[in-house]
Amino acid sequence: MSADLQDLYQEVILDHNRRPRNFRALDAGHKAEGFNPLCGDRITVYLTVGHGVITDVAFQGSGCAISKASASLMTESVKGKTIAEAQALFERFQQMITAPADAPVDDLGKLTVLAGVRQFPVRVKCASLAWHTLRAAANAPGAVVSTE
Amino acid sequence: MASIVSAPKTLDVAAIREEFPILRQRVHGKPLVYLDNAATTQKPRAVLDALQRYYVEENANVHRGVHSLSGRATDAYDAARETVRRFVNAADAREIVFVRGTTEGINLVAETWGRASVRAGDEIVLTEMEHHSNIVPWQILCEARGARLRVVPITDAGELRLDEYERLLTDKTRLVALAHVSNVLGTVNPIADVVRMAKARGIAVLVDGAQAVAHMPVDVQALGCDFYTFSGHKMFGPTGVGILYGRRALLEAMPVYQAGGGMIGRVSWERTTYADLPYKYEAGTPNIAGVVGLAAAVDYVTRLGLDRIAAYEHELCAYAMRALDAVPGLRLTGTARERGAVLSFVLGDVHPHDVGTILDRDGIAIRAGHHCCQPLMTRLGVPATARASLALYNTREEIDALAASLQRAREVFE
Repeated sequence: MSADLQDLYQEVILDHNRRPRNFRALDAGHKAEGFNPLCGDRITVYLTVGHGVITDVAFQGSGCAISKASASLMTESVKGKTIAEAQALFERFQQMITAPADAPVDDLGKLTVLAGVRQFPVRVKCASLAWHTLRAAANAPGAVVSTE
Repeated sequence: MASIVSAPKTLDVAAIREEFPILRQRVHGKPLVYLDNAATTQKPRAVLDALQRYYVEENANVHRGVHSLSGRATDAYDAARETVRRFVNAADAREIVFVRGTTEGINLVAETWGRASVRAGDEIVLTEMEHHSNIVPWQILCEARGARLRVVPITDAGELRLDEYERLLTDKTRLVALAHVSNVLGTVNPIADVVRMAKARGIAVLVDGAQAVAHMPVDVQALGCDFYTFSGHKMFGPTGVGILYGRRALLEAMPVYQAGGGMIGRVSWERTTYADLPYKYEAGTPNIAGVVGLAAAVDYVTRLGLDRIAAYEHELCAYAMRALDAVPGLRLTGTARERGAVLSFVLGDVHPHDVGTILDRDGIAIRAGHHCCQPLMTRLGVPATARASLALYNTREEIDALAASLQRAREVFE
């Protein structure tokens, strides 16, 4: 396998694809649906927020390894953060996956494993779908967002 | 057609590949293996040269100028219509309307014939394997008219249920619209049978020929359909140009589509009369270069012989099905007896997008997704498929490369 494919499909990503974390529905709180109409990926993100802090977050849906792993890693990264902190993290994440291939990689903790996406511009939407959907759930509960 | 009689019985694929400059390139350091022909085909030198020659030597507006260039552009444009007429064996060149592509061809019929002919309570019959472009225009029409869609189911192999089809034909049915060849399953539908059953009840039939015309001979009179539409870019021609064939009596009777220059007879503030066929449906300056390029593509496939192309692709497709079947965990979606060279599949638990990315790094271009057939994906019970679609320039070596790359994709996810 080529080096860039190895970057993209790191063991951590394959593991989150096989066994996505927080892959369930939440009964209470906010929820939003996200679509990637180009490929048919769809995701629902569930969110409970108390005093501006994300107390629980989960997702369901179907998609490629990148979108599933990204959603799974996202849920682990934003739990316990404030909405504003999650939003700031999304912006840094978006920068990381869209930066030029030779740019230095920002350390975003476990999210850093998705930096390899930057070498695959057509897959950026797969990695960012969950985050767009999270933002929609936080801002406008019940919203439907699309990558297009 | 002396050239065809004297031509060799089989295709010289090595020579054909030389005529497609884009096939020489490497992608990620590997030779390009282009297997996304159902999305769009590559263009041979003959088409590229025709486009270049048109703009360098003949460019002018058609049916307008008194000057020589306009005359030459008009001659080229009109000659292309006759070339296409011969290609699909229409009875009359006036039955050939230049449109942007299959999608516009279907929309044109929905907006003109449909608005004039479909009333509240009427029904339009489609099939489970239709592309969104042969679903949504009819859905919009039905909503506007209070009509409804009926859908012919398919078998698990991806064949039309003709018994169910016949049951759906009633005195409420106004139109049957279906694909000649499925862009997902590869199924070649029995159009002549479908038409015969519809005609027995006086029902009109529209055929979406987008996936057919580059791969098999098409004779609209033998098929007996009322409308047949296809795109230039899926048959080695340029993008942005396509054909709507319509039976003359229907085209004469239908209301106009878009209005503007070129489609009028006489205009005054009180009233406007419209041009005769086919100009009635060709408002505005047409895609003249595209039409010239499309005619060059028709000449190209005619020279090679559609029968020979079909025979070669049939053999290559059989080889590809065997090769894909041998990949552990791979399941073909669509195993109809009559099929074109479109192979959709799922590879175990590996999402088609991931398959597409891994293949791309081996220089192999396939399509992954719903292929604009979301209702069909629902029927198949999958969110998406991977699709390899062949054309006359593909080879067994390329199929071997595909199978090897799929094997590696599987190993990544094991």
